[in-house]
Amino acid sequence: MNIHEYQAKELLARFGAQTPRGSVARTPAEAERVARELGTNQLVVKSQIHAGGRGKGTFTNGFKGGVQLCKTAGQARDLAAKMIGQTLVTHQTGPEGRVVNQVLVAESVEIVKEFYFAVLMDRASGAPVIVASREGGMDIEEVAAKSPEKIIREAVDPAFGLQPYQTRKLARELGFASTQMRAACKLFASLYRCFSELDCSMVEINPLVLTKGGEVLALDAKFSFDDNALFRHPEIVALRDSAEEDPREVEAAKYHLSYIGLDGNIGCMVNGAGLAMATMDIIKHHGGEPANFLDVGGGATEEQVTAAFEILLSDPKVKAILVNIFGGIMQCDIIAKGIINAAKALKLYIPLVVRLEGTNVEEGRRLLAESGLPITSASDLDDAAKQIVALAPKE
Amino acid sequence: MSVLVGKDTKLCVQGITGKSGAFHARGCMEYGTQVVAGVTPARGGETFEEKVPIFDTVGEAREKTGCNATMIFVPPEFAADAILEAADANVELIICITEGIPVMDMMRVQEILKSSPSRLIGPNCPGIITPGQCKIGIMPGYIHKPGHIGVVSRSGTLTYEAVWQLTCRGKGQSTCIGIGGDPIIGTTTLDAVKLFAEDPDTHGIILIGEIGGSTEEEAAEWIKAHCDKPVAGFIAGATAPPGRRMGHAGAIISGGKGTAAAKKEALRAAGIAIAETPSSIADTLLTLMK
Repeated sequence: MNIHEYQAKELLARFGAQTPRGSVARTPAEAERVARELGTNQLVVKSQIHAGGRGKGTFTNGFKGGVQLCKTAGQARDLAAKMIGQTLVTHQTGPEGRVVNQVLVAESVEIVKEFYFAVLMDRASGAPVIVASREGGMDIEEVAAKSPEKIIREAVDPAFGLQPYQTRKLARELGFASTQMRAACKLFASLYRCFSELDCSMVEINPLVLTKGGEVLALDAKFSFDDNALFRHPEIVALRDSAEEDPREVEAAKYHLSYIGLDGNIGCMVNGAGLAMATMDIIKHHGGEPANFLDVGGGATEEQVTAAFEILLSDPKVKAILVNIFGGIMQCDIIAKGIINAAKALKLYIPLVVRLEGTNVEEGRRLLAESGLPITSASDLDDAAKQIVALAPKE
Repeated sequence: MSVLVGKDTKLCVQGITGKSGAFHARGCMEYGTQVVAGVTPARGGETFEEKVPIFDTVGEAREKTGCNATMIFVPPEFAADAILEAADANVELIICITEGIPVMDMMRVQEILKSSPSRLIGPNCPGIITPGQCKIGIMPGYIHKPGHIGVVSRSGTLTYEAVWQLTCRGKGQSTCIGIGGDPIIGTTTLDAVKLFAEDPDTHGIILIGEIGGSTEEEAAEWIKAHCDKPVAGFIAGATAPPGRRMGHAGAIISGGKGTAAAKKEALRAAGIAIAETPSSIADTLLTLMK
């Protein structure tokens, strides 16, 4: 799950990691009050949506720039009025854009130098690693590809965590002066604690900045959380903003289905993550485009299967559906019952190819055959993929 | 012959009184696996299915029954502790089926297991099976057949797909190892490939991978230098969008790394035959073995 910039700022503050002063506003009046309380004439008003490229984005009302600098509380109020409730389109939102429901009003700091700093879980070593660079504010993948010598990596011992000497080593390698070292080390230590205690898979600060006043601040933060650990972080779950997520994914999550929306027109329902990916791949291989990834899991109930099928059927992009089930724990007759329920409730008006194999397969096939629904059955996975691609309209 | 599990495997089931623990313990017993003990804290002294003694701790189970493998069905919040308990009791093989264990927990488990002789398979895996001898896990037994192909995979149902293709073509399996879909796992693709390479009864290997991490690349490098058995590979996720977690916690392309294309390239460079579609996995290997 993703969180807003203002939420990231609040999380960092809880661990003592310094960010520019400021807070969230949901109305123009609130923006004015926040700006006044900051007591500075260097202000920035930032649209809060889960997408990058906000500064260069354009609102559908014609107003340009989702991030704006200003001098007075009155100007902050006027800018907020132009952003809140409006739809912002950036290169990451797609043409439909995202509605801005709140803005962050903060002090605009004078930057002397920008750095990149991230704590992430390194899969190969099974331990956290710090990745840092003097090349802040840039795309780190690009820096790594073009000049790998500018990337600093510091491995962290999983049992003991980031040690104070490591923070000093990092500060030195990043080129902080002796007088700035204490502030830099404190920030690094706070960021690591935040990563570790919130079960993050990544905390990325880009840029981390040195200000004219000698402060070391996290200017922007991106969090990735370990979904498996959310059960012990209700405070993180509470930050979820479903308005920012694909409504199909929000609906699927209610039924504990693993669903990811894509751009094609062939909906798929599969059991098991690997087989679900492989099914998307084989559709593409035969010239079709998958509309989604959907894993109904190993032990799905009839209700979950019905919900899954309804999500596919109610998606206007979906023009054909492929069901691919290899029943291990999952019983084929349960899948068949779920499909029949949903198809009857929603009227099946698009081509459906079903491939069933495994536990209770005979019963599943019999139920589908006797349902009277227009279902094409496939003998194996390859046959299923070829048939669905032939039946789906070409885009 | 086979790897890791066989007729002599004596299995303990941690979480045997839970719904899925009980269901799959029964499935393993029906397949012929020797299930000698169950563990559920505070339920010691009871019996499962009127024949398997239940203990409060893995240590007691090990001492009283000599179990040399354990299958874990403990909920995710307690699973890391269950793995450590099994390692502390010196159980040789620990198979953790549980899905959804926090990565930080697995990181600590991994660190402790480094100094333990126990081997971990999983977590978030279907388990391991030596057809006709011993099934430990949630896979449907009947799709397997005793034979000489070793299968290692990060995915459950995709493994069933490959195994079923082999069985339908009359080709059996020596052992099938589901290593699991999490970012931090015990036995890796490389570990499993090494076991198959050394096993005289395994004549060919199927390696099923997916996007994310670099376990397939590591295995490929080793195969190139050390393994002369025929190997066929399949990588799932060519159409997966970057940055999204595809069902498995470990199936994610991050920072442009771990793509299906890069993995296929690494496998090909090591002389491994790539199945272009999931329906041609068995045929790709069998063509090599002709």
